[in-house]
Amino acid sequence: MRLNREDLIDLCRGAAFLGTGGGGDPYIGRLMVEHAMAESHPVEIIDPSEVPDDALVLPTAMMGAPTVLVEKLPRGDEAVKSLQRLEQHLGKKAFATMPIEIGGINSTMPLVVGARLGLPVVDADGMGRAFPELQMETFAVYGVSGTPMAITNEYGDCTLVQTHDNKMMEWIARGVTIRMGGAAYIAEYPMTGEEVKRTSVPNTLTLALRIGRCIREARENHINPFQALLDLLPKTPYAYGKIIFHGKIIDMFRETRAGFAAGRARIQGLDEWAGVMEIEIQNENLTARVNGELKVIVPDLICIMDSETAEPITTETLRYGQRVTVMGVAVPPIMRTPEALAIFGPVGFGIDEPFTPIEEMH
Amino acid sequence: MRIGIDVGGTNTDAVLMDGMAVKSWHKSPTTPDVSTGIMNALRTVMEEGGAAPSDISAVMIGTTHFTNAVVERKRLLEVAAVRLGLPATKGLPPMVDWPPDLGQALGYHRYLVHGGHEFDGREIAPLNEAELKAACKDMVAKGVRAAAITSVFSPVNPGMEDRAAEIIAEEVPGVALSLSHQIGRVGFLERENATVMNACLADLAAKVVQSFKDALATLKIEAPFYISQNDGTLMTAEYVEKYPVLTFASGPTNSMRGAALLANAKEAMVVDIGGTTSDVGMLIHGFPRESSVAVEIGGVRTNFRMPDVLAFGLGGGSLVRDEGSRIGPDSVGYELTERALVFGGDVLTTTDIAVAAGLADIGDKSKVAHLSADLIETAITTMHRMVDEAVDKMKTSAEPLPVILVGGGSILMSRDLPSASEIIKPDHASVANAIGAAIAQVGGEVDRVFSLEGLGRDKALAQAKDEASEKAVGAGARPETVQVVDIEEVPLAYLPSSATRIRVKAVGDLEMSA
Repeated sequence: MRLNREDLIDLCRGAAFLGTGGGGDPYIGRLMVEHAMAESHPVEIIDPSEVPDDALVLPTAMMGAPTVLVEKLPRGDEAVKSLQRLEQHLGKKAFATMPIEIGGINSTMPLVVGARLGLPVVDADGMGRAFPELQMETFAVYGVSGTPMAITNEYGDCTLVQTHDNKMMEWIARGVTIRMGGAAYIAEYPMTGEEVKRTSVPNTLTLALRIGRCIREARENHINPFQALLDLLPKTPYAYGKIIFHGKIIDMFRETRAGFAAGRARIQGLDEWAGVMEIEIQNENLTARVNGELKVIVPDLICIMDSETAEPITTETLRYGQRVTVMGVAVPPIMRTPEALAIFGPVGFGIDEPFTPIEEMH
Repeated sequence: MRIGIDVGGTNTDAVLMDGMAVKSWHKSPTTPDVSTGIMNALRTVMEEGGAAPSDISAVMIGTTHFTNAVVERKRLLEVAAVRLGLPATKGLPPMVDWPPDLGQALGYHRYLVHGGHEFDGREIAPLNEAELKAACKDMVAKGVRAAAITSVFSPVNPGMEDRAAEIIAEEVPGVALSLSHQIGRVGFLERENATVMNACLADLAAKVVQSFKDALATLKIEAPFYISQNDGTLMTAEYVEKYPVLTFASGPTNSMRGAALLANAKEAMVVDIGGTTSDVGMLIHGFPRESSVAVEIGGVRTNFRMPDVLAFGLGGGSLVRDEGSRIGPDSVGYELTERALVFGGDVLTTTDIAVAAGLADIGDKSKVAHLSADLIETAITTMHRMVDEAVDKMKTSAEPLPVILVGGGSILMSRDLPSASEIIKPDHASVANAIGAAIAQVGGEVDRVFSLEGLGRDKALAQAKDEASEKAVGAGARPETVQVVDIEEVPLAYLPSSATRIRVKAVGDLEMSA
């Protein structure tokens, strides 16, 4: 399918939903895609099944601080150069690119690459949401090496990273990113079509698009956007969702922990919702409890939305007094296996509690 | 004594103030010829307050001229948008997300030059003066007389914008220059947008300032005049000529600041109840809390320092339905005096409820005598609940605060609110905006990314506070009155280098000779 401008706006809203509070505001990313499409090619989204098993797929992304990105706008072809550097290194042309992360601004970066190069973008990603680090990928979980990886800045200065594991890749790449000014553009996890089909979270670009469109159309038709979303989810790979709370934010606590924006939101129940919900945040929303009782835990999604408009609210803009509705969403089975949970389950964030699927919570 | 004037789209309000006391006030429709309206307002408040021109020590003016010019796309100059940031930033050219009619009115003259800084102060590239001079040649050839200079991370290091300004001033004689670090904060596109808008107002700014000067001269007022900006502080006439864009949205700020003075409260919620909607904002240290989200002006996204105001559908003309349980958001608006029951109309409005409940004496009371006591009670409860919820939404903590009610619709409120420690309905509330202009202070702000490594958090904060205070003094504040009113720290997420964005605002009283 080809993306138009309205699709892009919807896709970004859906990406903010899937970002569960993190991943950065997709606004600049959306403008970059629009500009790239106007200058070069339309963006073609393809289903993973359309990728031949032996074809090369090179995922692309932004790495670093979204706060830097909104000030130091990119040259526009950094991620393209990273992809081309990997092509050169591997001696093979890419058949397609794809997102490593569907939540937040990284849902849009491969679309820029796709538009610039006329390359299709695979409808899948490696996080199924937003996560803070590069090894937190289903690709990694199911045995794909993140390296060789290329990191490029606006000069076309390029670092090729080759490491013994994906955690070391993250560590080195983050250091390079700071030297490059705090935001850099990467191509990593080179994969075959077979690996894409086996290790990625499928159909998440179109999922973001459908979620964003669902919220917009519900508003336009004056129907309840939350109910519309709950009706939509069973038709997607994120088949189970429910409203876990509705209330007013009564306290926001924030601090910086090792470069990550950590914090806690406390929400006082309103209407038929009794008690206080507490959401633990580490860039993204990690756990949601009501009066101490666990309701949702990472990697399942905790999406905080404006109670009136259903607009997803990012961590930076949460504040006292907002009326919010919190939705919990089950991530697909590929993100819930023991191997996956070992990397981006509770233990990956230092939470001393087992993962319990949202379907089994009261 | 000081005079405060608010030139709005509908009304021109003026107050004469002696210290913090209102001596006289005047409200009149805004005239198409603005200086006549201002002269009339000035003359009236001076006569009624018994003040001679020599008694006036300063005149403060709030105006919507510049906002309206952008919204109406009128009297705008073509602008050279000069960006220092190559090889970065090329992916999104200047004015990329603008409404095409506004972009075309400004000519889409875009010049990208090598330069700019990183978040930690390193250069992205040295300023390429040859490229800049070539751009200047093109500007001269095209007859462009205004330039907006925006450099990446100029809030961290403004040096390159200053240097570029020197070069352009030399190469393009008579050019009007706008520098982004003087206008906005971190957030490149929004700051660049504001700077380009500022540049397109250069001619109009000179004309408006001249017409204010003429009005004062005709009345033989020799005192200096100032214009209020969107954060509730003042600019000198010379500064407004350079930075007219900073007047955008000064109206709501002045109104809230005026309410603070009238109620003698520095930490309070202000509810301005109009005919169709109400606005709620929060005062912190006597200043409105600022919005953290991007605001659009004339269809262009900016990051101005705007008061964070929540509008909701309750006003004196709001429709009352469902036995009083549903109010607004629709309103009869300016047709209140024809359509409300008390004025012989056939629409039940909130004003009718206030009259029926004996809270106000407007129109013909007998026309609402038939309303049931239940309906009146339900409607009054609904209105108070709406205000209470809005106030609660805008507060930053659960603690009750004083609620100041201003605006014509404040007659609707008669009871306590759970969210309020007390309810204050001050006198002169209808000219709160002119009062806010009259009492405005001068301020200075620092907003940039500090690397805490080596420097440490305490030192970085102290440095930011000193710089903000110095800026306030530079803007004309009496040094002994300067105080820091706002500090905000936002760590840069996903970047483990202990870099933090720190924003500090300091204000002080205006140094006055008379």
